[in-house]
Amino acid sequence: MSLVWVLLLPFLGSICAALLPSNARNIEAWLAGAVSVASAVLVATLYPQVTDSGVVRWSVPWIPHLGLAVHLRMDGYAWIFAALVTVIGALIVLYARYYMSPADPVPRFFAFLLAFMGAMLGIVLSGNLIQLVLFWELTSFTSFMLIAYWYHRDEARRGAAMALLITAFGGLCLLTAVLMLGRITGSYDLDTVLASGDQVRGHHWYPAVLILVLLGAFTKSSQFPFHFWLPHAMAAPTPVSAYLHSATMVKAGVFLLARLWPVLAGTDLWFGMVCGVGLASLLLGACAATFQRDMKGILAYSTISHLGLITLLLGMNSPLALVAAVFHMMNHATFKASLFMAAGIVDHESGTRDLARLGGLGRAMPITATLALVAAAAMAGVPLLNGFLSKEMFFAETIFAGEALPLRIGLPVVATLASAFSVAYSIRFVHRVFMGPRPVDLPRTPHDPPRWMLAPSALLVTACVLVGTLPAVTVGPFLQTAMQGILDGDVPAYSLSVWHGLTAALMMSVVALVGGGALYWLLYLRWDRALRPAPLAHRMDGKRNFEVIIIGLIRVADRLVRTLHSRRLQPQLAVLVAAVVAIVGMAAIRDVTLAGPRSTSPLNPAFAMLWAVGAACAIGAAINAKFHRLAALTMASGAGLVTCLTFAWFSAPDVALTQISVEIVTLVLLLLGLRWLPKRVEVVESARQTLRARARRARDFVIAAFAGTGMASLAYAMLTRPAKSTLAPFFLEHALPLGGGHNVVNVILVDFRGFDTLGEITVVGIVALTVYKLLRRFRPDPQSIPVSRPDPHDAEDSVLSAENDALPGGYMKVPAVLGRLLLPIAGMVSIFFLLRGHDAPGGGFVGGLVIATALIVQYMVNGTLWIESRIRVPPQYWIAAGLLCASAAGAGAWLASRNFLSNMTAHLRLPFTEVHLSSTLLFDFGVYFVVVGGTVLILIALAHQSLRSRRQQPPDEAVTRVWRSLMTKSGRPP
Amino acid sequence: MELVCALAIGVLVAAGTWLLLRPRTFEVIIGLSLLSYAVNLLIFATGRLVIDRPAIIGANAASGSGLYADPVPQSLVLTAIVISFATTALLLVVLLVLRGLTGTDHVDGQEFDT
Repeated sequence: MSLVWVLLLPFLGSICAALLPSNARNIEAWLAGAVSVASAVLVATLYPQVTDSGVVRWSVPWIPHLGLAVHLRMDGYAWIFAALVTVIGALIVLYARYYMSPADPVPRFFAFLLAFMGAMLGIVLSGNLIQLVLFWELTSFTSFMLIAYWYHRDEARRGAAMALLITAFGGLCLLTAVLMLGRITGSYDLDTVLASGDQVRGHHWYPAVLILVLLGAFTKSSQFPFHFWLPHAMAAPTPVSAYLHSATMVKAGVFLLARLWPVLAGTDLWFGMVCGVGLASLLLGACAATFQRDMKGILAYSTISHLGLITLLLGMNSPLALVAAVFHMMNHATFKASLFMAAGIVDHESGTRDLARLGGLGRAMPITATLALVAAAAMAGVPLLNGFLSKEMFFAETIFAGEALPLRIGLPVVATLASAFSVAYSIRFVHRVFMGPRPVDLPRTPHDPPRWMLAPSALLVTACVLVGTLPAVTVGPFLQTAMQGILDGDVPAYSLSVWHGLTAALMMSVVALVGGGALYWLLYLRWDRALRPAPLAHRMDGKRNFEVIIIGLIRVADRLVRTLHSRRLQPQLAVLVAAVVAIVGMAAIRDVTLAGPRSTSPLNPAFAMLWAVGAACAIGAAINAKFHRLAALTMASGAGLVTCLTFAWFSAPDVALTQISVEIVTLVLLLLGLRWLPKRVEVVESARQTLRARARRARDFVIAAFAGTGMASLAYAMLTRPAKSTLAPFFLEHALPLGGGHNVVNVILVDFRGFDTLGEITVVGIVALTVYKLLRRFRPDPQSIPVSRPDPHDAEDSVLSAENDALPGGYMKVPAVLGRLLLPIAGMVSIFFLLRGHDAPGGGFVGGLVIATALIVQYMVNGTLWIESRIRVPPQYWIAAGLLCASAAGAGAWLASRNFLSNMTAHLRLPFTEVHLSSTLLFDFGVYFVVVGGTVLILIALAHQSLRSRRQQPPDEAVTRVWRSLMTKSGRPP
Repeated sequence: MELVCALAIGVLVAAGTWLLLRPRTFEVIIGLSLLSYAVNLLIFATGRLVIDRPAIIGANAASGSGLYADPVPQSLVLTAIVISFATTALLLVVLLVLRGLTGTDHVDGQEFDT
């Protein structure tokens, strides 16, 4: 159980830290410190369990049907890393307390630092590969936030973005690799995967899996050729660099390589790729580090180099090299964290990290200088310090790595050369900063920092010395446990001692130390004074290449978008329709039989005539819609009427009734809209335009023809095959007993599928309100309004009535009288349809549309002003009342502890008659009100616009301009 | 009958698709309403063509499924009709407002052909 807390504590702490006020520097530090110390203590208490049982586990099911579980698993190797992450984390928190300035917003810093710690622990403790990738990406994200902590600085933003892009790219590769591993081994569980090494290595996917895992690991560990992000990540606050780039973030890559070592290592492919990349990074990093001006730059490149060393060791396919690799991971974490802290202290106290300006600080800050000296000596591999031990193991391994002669000679030589560089930059780091003449123009007067700021570094340096002098006592057992964790028992015999006799490895160390000293002396004399750029490193400018690649990608993406995409509606629709037609067509071609087995009903000539008219109407509408809108509208309505008759013909009276009422309302609506559209006259086009237009029309015609043919074939194929409805029998059987209605369609609408209908009338209400709102600020085009229009209040000029007249004057008088007579009749018809809906054709929709039509007629004959001055209940209230009615009908079922919208009936015996009340009737009333309110609101909102007069101001040029620029930016101007 | 019905759907779809691809807003609206007729007919036709058997259960009649037209597509179409009215209204108003704002009735709010 404490395993869970190890992982949870940092995340909980992160949330708490984020919520604290921004000036609570001490509380934040105490909180973060307490969390990391508590985690470290928990990790420490788990040690006996790890040594006793080998693996401590904890798991809960996550997605059981995919075989995924949240699985925490701590073996010896994970324990070592968990200890490093938490202990160094605690030291970093202490250091950061003094490093961060009071002006920095510390909650963000500590929150992300703790979240990062949690994510790192998550990687280390994952017993499930998917989970591991999840935490892996989380470290990429949190490290991005930490590197970009001072986001007002350009270099911080760029460095963070670069780190994120590269490590997240690696994370995606890793995810792919993990998914493939899961397919090969049949499980994402780490234990299963670790146990199936032979299976994985023998699989034909192995090369792909290996390359993807390596991409993930190398991007994270900043190995060649992805090494360039690490130096740019130095824009982070130094505590972040000290944590991320010594013990954690970059170690995740080599951690994973060692973790999967039993599965993936042991092949020539592994040897070639891992050793090759490791060697390149080792040499390149060491060489580049020697020529840096920035203290943190030296440390960054040296980190690349040391991780290259670890990678090289991992690639050697030898368990002894693996031991050396793990040992060096631990050693590197201690001395590099301490060196980063030293660099931060120098920066903090003197105001600069530039080697050209620094010097002679040893007298001003003796303790810092001593600590840095010892840590740098450990980095260089000086005897009696921990770096020496692992480096000597490394030298010994290089001698035995390969059989071939170039490898047997070449590898040790390159290793010695790289170590010589390592010695040179370590000397340079100490010499240029702490020795030599005193600097003159430092931004601040340097002195040793507060005691507690030095404490973390001092502790780490002590560890370096202790491990270096008494390795077998101090680190031996832990290393043994870690190796047990990776190799599961087959740990090779190795010796952790300072003196192994006069071995070849010792000779190599001596050569490297002497050679490194000489190298530095040469460089110092010949080059360092002039501070020229590094001879090799600046040619291999990874950042430039990266930016070129990114810019290239963006250009390609832009071009693709420009070629394939248009913001114009027509091409989009054409592509969409054509694609649908093509896809459905291709699928249909396989099933060649058009006519199915079902026998067709005999043709009724009247029906064929009906559709001859309907088709003519549809085609006529298509032809005339551009220049003769009224004709097109009429013809479209003709097609609608034929459709309506078809519904009536084929036993759908309800649908036909609804269709005809909707048809009328839609027609009125479109008629009202017509006047706001510009006049369109046929103009003579130029020959070129005609050609383009013809080509476009031909294309559209082909698409339309194919779509029509396709749909006709689909419909015919469907109609000539028997129906297999499983729903119809249910509804037909249960409509009367359960729904209490004879009209099954209506029962489905208001009862069985009542929820759908409730949603639908809500949509109608929303649309009506949206239309109303859109038209409130309507600006008609000036063209649409005559310049001099009669004053609507002037009753003599107007054929329509003013507000106060009883009847309109002029030729509208008779229609007005007739129209008013129509209203009560229409009301009666609509109520009739509504009430009988449950048992006979009709219902709320039809009833509502009938009365809405009658109301619109009033508008037409009496004029907008006359009607609007007489509206007692605004349509919005009708909508609201309808929705309330329908919801109440649904909620009423709750009173009887039944589900929402269950049908409730009551049979009342009144003195003279019996009344059958049903909640579905109330529901249908709701539908009725919403339809009346919605339809009337839409139509009168549109009709009201006829009162708009010519605007005083010129058209809103700004809006038009913005719109135009928006369109021309992406759309292709002809 | 089935053939006529299928051809009717095809003609409506062809006319509607053609209009949908036109540059003027009014054409698009008419095209959409023709398309909605076609789609409603197609959904309705999934219940197959049945004459004189509306899904209204008589007082004492049996409730076997062969005796009545399929009520499910009918209720779906009924809903679709009302919704397509609402969307047509919304589209019309949006296009009118667009015309007021941009001074053109081109679907892109800008003339590309002149």
